[in-house]
Amino acid sequence: MAKFSDLTFKYRLFMKTYRYRSYDWAPGTTMVKPLSESRIAVVTTAALYRPDQPPFDESIRGGDVSYRVIPKDTELSSLREGHRSDAFDHTGVEKDKNLALPLDRLRELESEGVIGSVNERHFSLMGSITAPGRLTSETGPEVSAFLREDGVDAVLLTPV
Amino acid sequence: MCNQSVGLIQSVIEKQGIPTSSISLLREVTRKVHPPRSLFVDLPLGYPLGRPHDAEMQREILVATLRLLESDQPLPILEEYQVREFSLS
Repeated sequence: MAKFSDLTFKYRLFMKTYRYRSYDWAPGTTMVKPLSESRIAVVTTAALYRPDQPPFDESIRGGDVSYRVIPKDTELSSLREGHRSDAFDHTGVEKDKNLALPLDRLRELESEGVIGSVNERHFSLMGSITAPGRLTSETGPEVSAFLREDGVDAVLLTPV
Repeated sequence: MCNQSVGLIQSVIEKQGIPTSSISLLREVTRKVHPPRSLFVDLPLGYPLGRPHDAEMQREILVATLRLLESDQPLPILEEYQVREFSLS
C-alpha cells in the first residue's frame, strides 16, 4: 500500500522537506446536470502518449509541463508510457492503460447510461513536476480552454 | 509528485468553472494540496484504479470517484475508498 513509510529513503527525505503547493480554486463549482447526462474527460499525469507524438522530456529541470491530447477512439494498447519517475511500479499501467486512462471503462459506463458521454479528447501530462509555476499559469488554463470548448461537464483526474 | 500535479491542475480546471474529481494515492500530499474533490485509494503507487485487467475493480473505483461530483458535502472533499483486498498475483 502506498504509505509514506513504504517509499524509499530518497523520496521520504524529499517529501519531508518539499514545500507542497496549492492553488486557490474557491468557491468551487457544482454540477449542473446529473452524471447520467454529463460529458466526462480525463486528465492523467501518467505520461501516456501516442506513438506519433513526441515523448515527454525527462531532462527539463523542475519537470516537463507539456501535455498530449489523446483522442477518445485511441487503441489503449498502442499508447506508450514515458514517465521518468522511479517512485512507482510501471508494470501495471504498461499492462493495462485503463489504470490511468480508463477509456474502456468510461465507454462501458456511457453505454450503460451511468455517464452521459465520453469526451472526444483527453489529456496526458508527466506528473513529476517539482517546479509547478507554469503548470498552473499556462498548462492548466490551456487544458481548461479545450475542455470548455468541448462542452465537458466534469473532469476525472488520475495520478500514478 | 504526481499527486501534487493532479491536485494543482485539478484546482485550475475547477477555478475555470468545470467540476473536477481526482484519485489520490498519497493522502498526506493531497491533504496539503487540498483539491476540491478527491478519493484516497490505499493502493500502491502506479495502481490508481486497482488491478490490471480487473474491469470490476476499476469500474468501482472510477464510479466512486465520479460520484463525489454529485455529493452535497462542503468542499474540499477527501474521502477514502475501502479497498477490500488487493494483490498483484
